[in-house]
Amino acid sequence: MSNALVSTTGLTAFYGDAQALFGVDFELHAGETVAIIGANGAGKSTFLKSLTGLLKAPREAIRFDGRPIGSLPPGAIVRQGLAMVPEGRRLFPSLSVEENLLMGGFAGRPGPWNLQRLFAMFPILAQKRHVPGTSLSGGQQQMVAIGRALMSNPRVLLCDELSLGLAPIVIKEIYDALPTLTAEGLSVVIVEQDVSVAQRVSQRVYCFQEGRVALHGRSEALTREQIAQAYFGL
Amino acid sequence: MIETLIQGLLLGGLYCLFALGQSLMFGVMRLTNTAQGDFIVLAAFAAIAATSLLGSGAAMSIVAAGLLLLPLAFGFGFLLQRQVLNGTLGRDPLPSLVVTFGLSIVIQNALLELFSADPRAIDAGALATRSIALPGGLAVGALPLLVFAAALACTGALQWLFGHTRLGRAFRAVSDDREIAELMGLDSNRIYALATGIAFVVIALAGLFQALRTTVSPADGPLLLLFAFEAVIIGGMGSFWGTFVGAMVLGLTQQIGFRIDPGWGILMGHGVFLAVLVVRPQGLFPKTRG
Repeated sequence: MSNALVSTTGLTAFYGDAQALFGVDFELHAGETVAIIGANGAGKSTFLKSLTGLLKAPREAIRFDGRPIGSLPPGAIVRQGLAMVPEGRRLFPSLSVEENLLMGGFAGRPGPWNLQRLFAMFPILAQKRHVPGTSLSGGQQQMVAIGRALMSNPRVLLCDELSLGLAPIVIKEIYDALPTLTAEGLSVVIVEQDVSVAQRVSQRVYCFQEGRVALHGRSEALTREQIAQAYFGL
Repeated sequence: MIETLIQGLLLGGLYCLFALGQSLMFGVMRLTNTAQGDFIVLAAFAAIAATSLLGSGAAMSIVAAGLLLLPLAFGFGFLLQRQVLNGTLGRDPLPSLVVTFGLSIVIQNALLELFSADPRAIDAGALATRSIALPGGLAVGALPLLVFAAALACTGALQWLFGHTRLGRAFRAVSDDREIAELMGLDSNRIYALATGIAFVVIALAGLFQALRTTVSPADGPLLLLFAFEAVIIGGMGSFWGTFVGAMVLGLTQQIGFRIDPGWGILMGHGVFLAVLVVRPQGLFPKTRG
């Protein structure tokens, strides 16, 4: 408990009067990759929005490196080292690829990531650095979105539905980049619709159902039946 | 004929200065400042008061008034956005329209109270009548030429600021997607305040030139707003050069109208504005989106 990098205890979240999370307990350890699965509307994206400060959370409900961050604005949280690749990529349409990446570094957190290093990891982005980010293919846009998050030199990377709308071969290419990142000590949370991808790339899995954690455990230990039951509440 | 075209372009320069602040504020935060014209008039009266305090007529006092006014305008715009207008922004455009409309009425009545309804101007001294001779027996007024040069410089400077600086990148990012920009660590309320501060520098410059060029009275604001608005809409929201071209189109049309009949100038400007709205509602240089 005490050595978790990110932990939530009894986290609740609301959209206006509608409650979306009902007491989520979650832990992420340094260097670990954790997957969150669940049906549409289970609260996966809401959970990531709460972690990044886009949704207000009770102050003590979220701890990052031992400090409560629940009530902080998004800018303060990214400066502490928690960055997100948002669902649907959400690149800035009027900014070029390079400018999108530079925006990621706006918080000014020191660390190993810079344009040169990102272009070495995704060479295609170096070729297209001056074109509008939104003119790229879906997979390339996802690379920009990941690169933009990495530019803030995070300790924790939150990825919301990386595979959304991408071809299987592109999804594999994107996920193959993850081990390189975690080898350097980066901790990763992925939200993923595809259960087999989620189990393959993570060490632990949380399954959300209607705003609660229905199941969690080591990725290789969970059976199809367990997951199906947690997924649909059968 | 050539004379009419030159006059039209020079008039367009003034309209461009009226419009750039509007274009900037709408571009960054989708805020339609319906008090734009009244702020120009307010700046004009501030310039008139400053020059008369500093000693009327001398070119030095006009320059000094400008140097005093521009940084003040930046601070005024910054605080206005931070303290008042940021609270009106949101998905619904109505609160910002209502608040700026209210400001417009407050400014008009405050100016009426302070300066009375009399039209006033800055005594531009020799600058008012100096002209530069062109080949072909034409002469161009030095002051309108100065206004045009200022419009060109402001447009170029704003375009460079948006395209090539860190602040410009931040302006475009919060305009594209405020939520994601804040996720990157931007303080959008502060970015908005900086944008309005810069817009007010151009507004102050427009007011100073308006008072030098002609007389101003407290009720002039709405007409100036209309010209600014028409220039922005004709140009489209794609770039500041769009606003510049929109202002040129408006200036040229009005001047051609004046040439045909002195009563037609303003009306023909409105006519072209309506024609653009019907034929090309996105303006001549629309914003491209992915």
